[in-house]
Amino acid sequence: MTQTPFTPRQLITRLAVIALVPLLFIVLFLWGGGWLSPQRLTSDKLVGVLQQAGGEHPGFRRNHAKGICVIGRFISNGNASALSRASVFAAGETPVIGRFAIAGGNPSAPDYAVPVRSLALAFQLANGEQWRTGMNAMPFFPVSTVEQFYELQVASLPDPATGKPNPEKFKAFVQKNPEIMPFLAWAKQNVPSSSWASDRFNSLNAFRFIDKSGAAHLVRWSVVPHTAYQPIGAAQKNDNDFLQKDIQQRLAQGPLQWDLLITVAAKGDDGSHASQVWPADRQTINAGTLELSQATAQQQGPCNDINYDPLILPDGIAASDDPLLNARSAAYAKSYNARTREQAAQTGAH
Amino acid sequence: MKQVAYFHPALRVLHWLMAAAIIAMLFIGVLMVSTISSLHSLLVSIHKPLGMMILVLVVVRLWLRFYTATPALPASLPAWQRAMAHLSHWALYAMMLAQPLIGWAMLSAAGYPVSLGSGFVLPPILPVNNDWYAILRPLHSLVALALFITVMLHLAAALLHALILRDGVFESMSGTRKR
Repeated sequence: MTQTPFTPRQLITRLAVIALVPLLFIVLFLWGGGWLSPQRLTSDKLVGVLQQAGGEHPGFRRNHAKGICVIGRFISNGNASALSRASVFAAGETPVIGRFAIAGGNPSAPDYAVPVRSLALAFQLANGEQWRTGMNAMPFFPVSTVEQFYELQVASLPDPATGKPNPEKFKAFVQKNPEIMPFLAWAKQNVPSSSWASDRFNSLNAFRFIDKSGAAHLVRWSVVPHTAYQPIGAAQKNDNDFLQKDIQQRLAQGPLQWDLLITVAAKGDDGSHASQVWPADRQTINAGTLELSQATAQQQGPCNDINYDPLILPDGIAASDDPLLNARSAAYAKSYNARTREQAAQTGAH
Repeated sequence: MKQVAYFHPALRVLHWLMAAAIIAMLFIGVLMVSTISSLHSLLVSIHKPLGMMILVLVVVRLWLRFYTATPALPASLPAWQRAMAHLSHWALYAMMLAQPLIGWAMLSAAGYPVSLGSGFVLPPILPVNNDWYAILRPLHSLVALALFITVMLHLAAALLHALILRDGVFESMSGTRKR
């Protein structure tokens, strides 16, 4: 094989093709993974900034780190089955594994210090499908794009010099993003309740319900408590874990209930801005009752290893055009992968 | 077994179909975990059924590979290249088979429903277990990377045979040798 039938020029061209074809694939692969565009906002960056804000707490969620597991059931009355073919809305019961939490990445933050609370639910449908939803106790989201959310996190990071967020940076963010003003106004007048049991939790993001004919309906949902609102009091402000103790005490007395309300968009309503609520006169459907009956600490609890990815949806529920949904899904997966790895290392199982 | 110059036509079809599917899968995988755009959920929803398709196809392909005559490597090939060729082929088969199973097992261990769309859900093949997920999730990335590197080497070697050596190896799969 010392003789080649090629001229040196032909040989070089052919060798170049052999090298360039795989090289092209490699460059595309690196670009796909974001390694060639460090300025691109990725799920890694989102998780990174949340981790910076809350501090490093291996084995815990990067956001909503402090929480408690609950189990119960959803008793559907069948009212929403005209809008969605998902079996969870047919009249009947679906088991639910849930998690109450407070926002932020610090698993030992005092409960009263965090204004935003959440309830995540995983509905276990009979055919193996699941409906996972992470809801928040605020009426709308502060911003509507991922870039804004990221910049908001960066602007709220504690200054290394003072240990507190730099007010100038935050002001600059607000000036550039006046969209956040209604949220700041809401947060200012909001008096937190004394219990997760009396909080109303909202999907914030819009979704689509797909009915039996395949038609899509733009919706949001909320769970609305049966328990009456009581404002947070002085006693609670002296107890770092009052929310957890309260919910355990209440559940020891008996189950707690919420109504699952579906809000249906009218023609022309926009589902892609989580910072904007639809007008109050929109049709709402009471789809049934969420009944939570038992609470367990999140370590070793059934909710600890659940990633409440809002895009794990059964047939009959689909994502809307809201850009936050994809970002939440991608970032939750990163956080989940990191903390499950840390947990496995901590227990020393492998 | 009789001497043949080409792989069985069904194997050739499967080879090129799977080549496209696997390269698409590798790109979908790396893009879907990094992007936060609306592509994310679309890619995730393609990744699972396409992975299952690859699993089914590789089983059929291995069966065909064992039960049909395969062309011998040319005598002109040095021993080390023969060894590399055999090793890389069995590594490719092993990874094509293992990767969808690892993906399925890791989703099972995390308690994710393995939805193939339209409400069709595959049964879990592992119980929900954090320690298993913590092993399988990074393994899935690692095998993807190893598969990508091996596919690239396979591609470079195929081009070398097609463009320079011209010894019939590339044609045994493309089936385009001029008579």
